[in-house]
Amino acid sequence: MDFSLNELQTMMADSVGKFIDNEYDFDTRQEYAGSERGFSDDVWKTFAELGWMAVPFAEEDGGLGGGPAEIMVLMQSLARGLVVEPYIANVILAGGILKRFANETQKEQWLHPMIAGELQATLAFNEPQARYELANVATTATQDSNHWVLNGRKGLVLNGGTSDLLLIPARTAGDIGDEHGITLFAVAADSDGLSCNAYATVDGLRAAEITLEGVRVSGDAVLGNVDEGYAALSATIDDATLAVCAEAVGIMYALKDKTVQYSKDRSQFGVPIGSFQALQHRMVDMLMACEQAQSLLMWAVMTNAEGSDESRRAVSAMKYMIGTAGQKLGEEAVQIHGGMGVTWELDVAHYFKRLTAICTLFGNADWHLDKLAT
Amino acid sequence: MHVTFSAKELEFQEEVRTFFRDEYPDDIREIMDSGDELPPEMQIRWQKILYRRGWAATNWPVEYGGTGWSPVEKYIYAREEAHANAPLFIPFGMTMVAPVIYTYGSEEQKQRFLPDILASNVWWCQGYSEPGAGSDLASLKTRADLVGDHYVVNGTKTWTTLGQHADWIFCLVRTSSDVARRQEGISFLLIDMQTPGISVKPIILLDGKHEVNEIHFDNVEVPANNLVGEEGKGWTYGKVLLQHERTNSANTFRSQYRAKRLRIQASKSVRGAPPLESDGNFMRKLAAVEVELKGLEYTELRTLAAVASGKAPGPESSFLKIKGTEIVQAIDALYMEAAGYYSLPYRADPAVGEGSESLSSLHYFNHRKVTIFAGSNEIQKNIIAKHVLGL
Repeated sequence: MDFSLNELQTMMADSVGKFIDNEYDFDTRQEYAGSERGFSDDVWKTFAELGWMAVPFAEEDGGLGGGPAEIMVLMQSLARGLVVEPYIANVILAGGILKRFANETQKEQWLHPMIAGELQATLAFNEPQARYELANVATTATQDSNHWVLNGRKGLVLNGGTSDLLLIPARTAGDIGDEHGITLFAVAADSDGLSCNAYATVDGLRAAEITLEGVRVSGDAVLGNVDEGYAALSATIDDATLAVCAEAVGIMYALKDKTVQYSKDRSQFGVPIGSFQALQHRMVDMLMACEQAQSLLMWAVMTNAEGSDESRRAVSAMKYMIGTAGQKLGEEAVQIHGGMGVTWELDVAHYFKRLTAICTLFGNADWHLDKLAT
Repeated sequence: MHVTFSAKELEFQEEVRTFFRDEYPDDIREIMDSGDELPPEMQIRWQKILYRRGWAATNWPVEYGGTGWSPVEKYIYAREEAHANAPLFIPFGMTMVAPVIYTYGSEEQKQRFLPDILASNVWWCQGYSEPGAGSDLASLKTRADLVGDHYVVNGTKTWTTLGQHADWIFCLVRTSSDVARRQEGISFLLIDMQTPGISVKPIILLDGKHEVNEIHFDNVEVPANNLVGEEGKGWTYGKVLLQHERTNSANTFRSQYRAKRLRIQASKSVRGAPPLESDGNFMRKLAAVEVELKGLEYTELRTLAAVASGKAPGPESSFLKIKGTEIVQAIDALYMEAAGYYSLPYRADPAVGEGSESLSSLHYFNHRKVTIFAGSNEIQKNIIAKHVLGL
């Protein structure tokens, strides 16, 4: 039994921690979040140079061969800086599909440039009517001699507006809701018939609604086997769920620390507000929520690294915990910061908003609890 | 990062599992599985079986007859014990007073008391709380005045669990009132329950059970050599003991066992009703508790890993106590809910309801105590606020 970090993990935690401390303070983050693209291309290059994009990929693909534990360490460290660069969209989502499905040519064309930071990619895992059901794919792809023609809509495509490449699950057989009959296509963002309505999300990140009207792609755009894309899609979303949960746990600790510090610094009635028992017990609850979430995260990461039968349940348990205890912790952090907690100026509000967005991403607490209840 | 056990640890797990399968008597198992109270005779019989196997003192050093197990081995043992639903050791002698005696007691005290605790020959009870000193334990008023070669003890101890069966009681008593801090002037005294002047009065709990007592001391003469350690240092010794008490009160494995049984129960039809698992609300509540419990299991493992690497257990024990007891109560509530109407009959004779259905509400009522005893959960939060958050 060992909960300590190995050499690679420690190195990554150190290197991300230093980067956040030295080059990514809150004002800088806000500047990037408010810029036209919603993140910094320079920072993105730095990520690539430092090898962070390479973490979950096999060594023969230029990766570092990391697993869920390495991603956990990285995401927890990035969380502290509320990093807005599209790591989830590229590395976890698009990367998750590419590493599972791309053939050598496709890797050469898309995965390698993505790891190098030269190609922006994302996965359009959601449709407007689908809520959290991955198999609810109404977008269709029909074969036309050597080509496929795609029609449909994709919702909340993370970083969809700045992506060069969109990975699109489309229905090639079966009915909406069927796991069988979903195929993954790689579609260039500048394809004819593809339109994009990009917008900011409440957490300061970016997403887009994508419409596909008679978009033609060649047979080389198919990732994996026709009709058999669901398993990789679902496994990739599990990876992404764990990654955002790790980020959420990082945010929870940051909010807890900031709140405890604030309660020591802020005086009312002539004493620090942290001396009030009504607040002390609530901050203890925040600490306990952090520890419980951290514990579940380690369980989920270990079961997923082993690929055990429990891994799917572990992801849902983790996400449920974030969606309940995590959300509550965010609300408490704002409450204990009082008036300051509801201002745009303070970082606390922005941690809270990102935490809230994570609670919804990839299925909210109720949705995951239903998975566990049966 | 991994939670796999070594080959040697797995071998040990197998040995423990085999022991519980072969040596755990059926008549005791039957009562434990029914959820009913275990008669003291059976409790002691079981403890003596463990003694003969050399597994009574899991937390003692080897020199006094302890198992010498590593933290991981203790963990494995506790898990197997809970999953066999075997009785817990009565803690007052084995896990509470003994560590104080072998840490702070005289050589004479060690030889006099430890062998009988080890062999379950003597039943101990705890004299901490008083009618006027609950969570605020340092305000205790029971006095012990040194007169010649003995102390004269006067006062009242309360909430004394199973004191009606006890041969000995360990007490925190005030030996001096002339002190700067209330925590000073408190001493740790061992008292023979047969001493004249001691009377035991039952307190009946809300479930109708006689589990705790009030113990009165009226000019009780206690030999001075029954004082453990130094006079006036009892608070320090007592705190060591409470930390043991709290770490043990996480109840993780027992709760796992009970949650698992509840899932099995929910999958079956009772009295021709559809299985409870078709009730989404119930199953969601159960799943939510299971998530908390899994978190607790790993929080405990993380604490264990820290202890195994040489760190002393600290205020984490408060955390485990709070979460562990909240989960115990949540599972009680679900059992009661599962029983429906059949949670209502009170000790009907002949019994009604399936299995332990009609005991579910009694457990629910009885276990209100778990968030109150061993330092209420609010006190635990004060401890964490002070020692972890620095507030």
